[in-house]
Amino acid sequence: MHSFEYARPATIAETVALLDEYGPDARLLAGGTDLLIELRDWKIQPKVVIDVKRIAELAPAIRRVDGRLSISASSVMTDIVEDTEVQRHFPALAEAAVVVGSVQIRNRATLAGNICNGSPAADTSPPLLVYRAVVVVVGPAGTRRIPIDDFIVGPGVTALARGEMVTAIEVPFPDRPTGAAYTRLTRRWGTDLASITLCCGVEAGGVTRLAYGSVGPRALLVTDETGVLADEDATEDDKAFVLDAMFADASPSPRSMRASPAYRLAMLRVLGARALHTALERLSKELVP
Amino acid sequence: MSDRLHIELTVNGAVRALDVAVHHTLLDALRDDMDLTGTKECCVVGECGACTIIVDGRSVNSCLMLAVEADGAEVTTVEGLAVDRRLSPLQEAFLETGAAQCGFCISGQLMAAHFLLERNPHPTLDEVHDGLSGNLCRCAGYGQIAAAVLQAAERGAT
Repeated sequence: MHSFEYARPATIAETVALLDEYGPDARLLAGGTDLLIELRDWKIQPKVVIDVKRIAELAPAIRRVDGRLSISASSVMTDIVEDTEVQRHFPALAEAAVVVGSVQIRNRATLAGNICNGSPAADTSPPLLVYRAVVVVVGPAGTRRIPIDDFIVGPGVTALARGEMVTAIEVPFPDRPTGAAYTRLTRRWGTDLASITLCCGVEAGGVTRLAYGSVGPRALLVTDETGVLADEDATEDDKAFVLDAMFADASPSPRSMRASPAYRLAMLRVLGARALHTALERLSKELVP
Repeated sequence: MSDRLHIELTVNGAVRALDVAVHHTLLDALRDDMDLTGTKECCVVGECGACTIIVDGRSVNSCLMLAVEADGAEVTTVEGLAVDRRLSPLQEAFLETGAAQCGFCISGQLMAAHFLLERNPHPTLDEVHDGLSGNLCRCAGYGQIAAAVLQAAERGAT
């Protein structure tokens, strides 16, 4: 591995100052499960690696604030999977967090790192899009709250500017009953990167949000306002017609070694229908007092 | 900031103080600086699990962690499973079922199984498969490995 300097700041202010000073020559280290691989492969050669895990302000990992669940930048996937508020209110996020890597990876990898790494196949992007998460960013000019849909830009690219770091990801508690589900397509059972990531969320009132990734440069969020997908009386054909239109912007890469574009596009429809079905089941349970 | 750092950590119950290069992994430090070669280096990208150890109560791939990140941590490696030079019941179960073929992955399998049984003392076969899905065995001895974990669980082992 190429050598670098290691910084272990105790505060967010110290971290931001270092990031501002070093710019592109600095890299943040949270779980390190992606970063260490890039360092070892010499894909990145930062002058300084800044470990955020000793920043006191980033504890506790997960807490409730003003109608939102705040997941700090040092929260690992295992924390999220085991959190009772996440399980109760954001089951699709727990379903995505529990399939990231292996047990060992989930014990280190953070949610913030998963989003900042900018992989189009990041498991947690679709549920964060469906749940309308907001990324809390602190930089030299202060704090910005960026909707996740604006934060995700493209492969390896986020809305973070020089000197900025993510301190938390906040998920608003739904203001009306919602059912949501996450599902993915992999080549095998067990540990694998996804060929499709997909989350479907249905609100009481009929609005359905669908987010899908690994079929283009970034995960996409689309919304059905017509109510057809949530309508018990709509036929499967009606729903398939709406779903097809929602997948219109999928553009899977022909160069991927995981699955061909034709297979991904075909499976996208299958996974979309399945996730919708599960989301509707969960919504109906929410509606039973 | 520095490219070398003094760290202190507890490894298998003993406090260790050492200077490490900041770009060395915890796996490097265990094997090269502390002579604990039971932890194996294999894929170095977090896919095979051969380097699995326990850090502050959670299983991790030691190839994906810098040694400096473990400053102040409580670490258990495969060398820490045996007590008073007696194999742990989990290790005994691996021997009895013939779970170790070439043996290279076994340190990692043991540590992953140890973590699984601490969290879930009576796993189903599916839960064993899930819990060990981050540990590859090139001999494909998965049947015997899973059997060993179930047998150890039956005897109340961790």
